[in-house]
Order: sequence, then C-alpha cells, then structure tokens
Amino acid sequence: MAENNRAVVKLKERFADSVLDCKEFRGEVTVTVKKERILEVLKCLRDDLRYNFLTDVTAVDYLGQTPRFMVVYNLYSIPNKDRIRVKAPVTENDCSIDSATALWNSADWLERETFDLMGINFTNHPNLVRILMTDDWVGHPLRKDYPLQGPDREPYKGRLS
Amino acid sequence: MASNEIMTLNMGPQHPSTHGVLRLVVELDGEVIQKITPHIGYLHRGVEKLSEHRTFHQTLPLTDRLDYLAPMSNNLGYVLAVEKLLDIEIPERAQVVRVIMNELTRLKSHLVWIACHALDIGAMTVFIYAFREREKVMELYEMISGARMTSNYFRVGGLSKDLPVGFEQKVQEILDTFPGHLDTYEGLLTKNTIWLQRTVGNGVISAEDAIDYGITGPALRGSGVDWDLRRDNPYSGYENYDFKVPVGENCDTFDRYKVRLVEMRESLKIVDQAMKRLKPGPILADAPQVCYPPKESVYNSIEGLIHHFKIASEGFPVPEGEVYQGVEAPKGELGYYIVSDGGTRPYRMRIRPPSFVNLGAIEKMAKGSMLADLVAIIGTLDIVLGEIDR
Repeated sequence: MAENNRAVVKLKERFADSVLDCKEFRGEVTVTVKKERILEVLKCLRDDLRYNFLTDVTAVDYLGQTPRFMVVYNLYSIPNKDRIRVKAPVTENDCSIDSATALWNSADWLERETFDLMGINFTNHPNLVRILMTDDWVGHPLRKDYPLQGPDREPYKGRLS
Repeated sequence: MASNEIMTLNMGPQHPSTHGVLRLVVELDGEVIQKITPHIGYLHRGVEKLSEHRTFHQTLPLTDRLDYLAPMSNNLGYVLAVEKLLDIEIPERAQVVRVIMNELTRLKSHLVWIACHALDIGAMTVFIYAFREREKVMELYEMISGARMTSNYFRVGGLSKDLPVGFEQKVQEILDTFPGHLDTYEGLLTKNTIWLQRTVGNGVISAEDAIDYGITGPALRGSGVDWDLRRDNPYSGYENYDFKVPVGENCDTFDRYKVRLVEMRESLKIVDQAMKRLKPGPILADAPQVCYPPKESVYNSIEGLIHHFKIASEGFPVPEGEVYQGVEAPKGELGYYIVSDGGTRPYRMRIRPPSFVNLGAIEKMAKGSMLADLVAIIGTLDIVLGEIDR
C-alpha cells in the first residue's frame, strides 16, 4: 500500500502539514502536496530519495471542481528503477506554481508546453513563452472550456445532407 | 568589419537536414554557435485534445501518427496504458507478436535514422542501402495490417487480427539477411575517415547533463547511463528475453551511433527468441466488454452484431483512475499518462514524447561547435517532428 512506500513515509514525516493525499492505483504511487512547497518536495525526492529523473510535467483540468487544475510531475529513479507521481492543486484565480527548472533543465520545455496548452504560470521560469502554438494565440487549447473546433468556429453539427 | 559581430541565421522549417518541420534560429560568431532557439509546433494537430473527444478504441489510430517511423511502439504504449487502467490480462500469443513487431519497428526506425544521419553527413550510399532494406520491414507491415506506415495493428486487449500465412517465412528472411546488411553499414561507416571526423567528439553531453535534460533512449545510453525500460521495468513479457543493453563511453555522436547499431542486432536476437515462443492461441483477452467480437459472430448472430455495434458506437467504460505507462520506443521513453473519469473516453491523455524532451537539450549539445556540426547533432538526436508537435 501507498502508506508503506518509503518515499511516502519520508514525505509525510518531513512535510506533515503539506501532504494532502497519497494513493496507490495499479501499483503506481501518487502523492498530492500543497503547491507552496512543491519545490521542496521535489528537491527532497531528488536528493534524498534518488528520484533523479524528471520524466514529465503536465496538468489536468478538472473544470467545475475547486481547485480546478492539478499539476502533475512524473518522477523516475534510475538507481532504484521505480516511479512516483507528485501532484499539486492549482486554483483558477491564482493559476501559478513554482518552476522546477531550478532542479531539472528538462522542466524548461515541459513547463512551457503546460503553460502554452493549459495556461499554468510557472513562476521563476527563465523563458515562459508558448512553444507549440504561435506567439499570438489566444487561449489555452487543452482547457476543458476551450472548444474542440476552436473558439471562432461553429461547433460541428454532423452532415447537412 | 567588427570581429565580435553575431550573425543570426535561420535554418528550416523547410530544410532537408532538420528532418521535418523543425526551425532553428542560430546565433553565430563566425562559424561557432552561440545560441540556438528552436521553433516547433508546425505539425501540431492537437492529438491530446482530440483524444478527449473519442472513445478509447478511436484514439488508437491517432497514436500511429505521432512517431510515424515507429507506429507500433506508439500503439503499444497506448494499449498498455489502457490495459493497465482496465486491469486485464493479455494472452501469450498477443504479447509475443507485440514484441516481434516492436523490435522490427525499432529496426525500421533505426534504419531511417542511419540513412538520414549518414546522408546529412555526406554518405549517400548508406542512405540508399538502408531505405532499400527498410522496405522489407514495410512489406511485413503491409502484410499484417494492410498499411505501410499507419499500421494500427494492436488493439486494447490484444491484436486486431491474427498473423497472415507466410509471416514466419518473411520474418525468417529478415533475420537471415539483416546481420549482413548491418555489417555493410558498419563497413561503410565505422572506419570511414570522414565519418569519424564528423562524429567523434561531436555533440558531447555528460551523463549528469543528459539526466538533467531528461534525455532518454539510445542518446542517454550513448552517454554511459545503463538504463533500458525493456529490461528495468519490463512490459509485454520482455523479462523473458535475453538481450544486451549497449552503453557508450565518450558521450559523443560516434558512441550513439555504435549504441544504435548494437541495438539493431539485439532487436534481431529478440525477434529470433520471440519467433520460437510463438505458439497458436487466442489473440484477444477474455474481456468481452472491451474487445470486439469475432467477425463470424458479428455476421451470423444478432447478439454478436449488437455487441460489435455497442463497442464501436459507445465504446467501453474504463475504471476511474490514472496511470502512467512508459515504453522503450526507438527514440527513448515514450510515456502515456491517462486519466479516466470512469467514462468511455479518456478524461485527459498526456503523451510524453521522447523526441520533444531530447530536442530540448540541443543548445546544450551544440553550443560552441561549428554550424556544420549542428546537422550531425540533429541527426544523432533522431527526432521525429510528428511526435514533438503532436
């Protein structure tokens, strides 16, 4: 179970008031922490628990829930060959979180993409500009309230004939 | 003219050595690279957004179009992630076929890499030879799936159809002839003075930096990190096969070249072992709520027809939860992070593309080297823009 995972034990001990939730599903451990301490949590995982590889940074939009966004970090430990997932809730009004570029350079592009498509602001990111969409694009396409066909077109209503 | 003048040069998106629609803005001091600003997104099709509006079966063909040089690896990552969410067991035969096709895909992808990489550096013969031999794998693709590139052969729960007659013979032909082909490429390149001058000491990135920049796959192993998901976090039965994971020492383009060449030979070894494990049996999991019924049942019984219709129109519900599944694609770690809300469509599907993250390190690798070396560095990263832009 997730409670017995050594990383979870350590995080609960070190960040007792900041760990919001820990879950195990299909053998994968997910820890949810407060976004204010995300950098400290990631640093602890990297330096003390040997999760030295930042595989992925992304975000999920839970439209209609509060907090609306969940920023997701997938970490991997090359020495121990295991994974852990760290999540941090971000609200719609204060849509920002500290950038992990201070810890990993790989966070640079991954966070730019998350900013571009999901509209999460990563504070202290060295170059937070759009990466896949054009610079003058309006809106963030992966948000749930962004229509599939684009903001300026009528929704597809099926074949007319 | 002032000697410290910086020249800004645009490279791409229509440039033969940028392997697609990659655009680089390079700042040069003389011929020495000072800064590179990659511009990507010319091929962005919104695959992640589209998938939220399609059922789990309908999302599968989208994944073919990510890394179009290795469609089966993309399919595999996706079906494994959905199968993990569903928690279903895949029959032995389907797993073995998946391994065979994945290793042939790796071979095919690496053949394009060696062809284009050599062509970029000036070795035209290798390009023509490798593309000729790649055709053998393409024929096999066409034979089993009907398509040369967008194969869409795997299904959630197994395979779309069983192997055709003559498959074993075709694979055996590849196994018999390819070691010789690989010898030819090595003969043309490994001791070639021009090749050595262009690749040895080019694009050096240390193991620490490679991990810091998130580089995966052969590029990471070329920097001496002994890590392969097939061996370290086995999936689809890879724990049953015996293969070596090649590792480089000098962290340069030449070592990455050697790593990929050994990988191709190892892939052939895995295919050989897998062919011996290939036994008759079911190709779909015993999960009628997920898998399409056999065609005889669809055509001959009303229940079968309704069953097919339900899955094709509504899809199948997937338990609520989230999973991440990484596979060792030819370019590196390809990951699918799927969040399900219990419905028939992915609530969120995130694709972790290896090329995207690897390309992020290009400035680190190319800074301070000559402009001409940049072409070799793009080649050694082995990027595919379909996967970077998604």
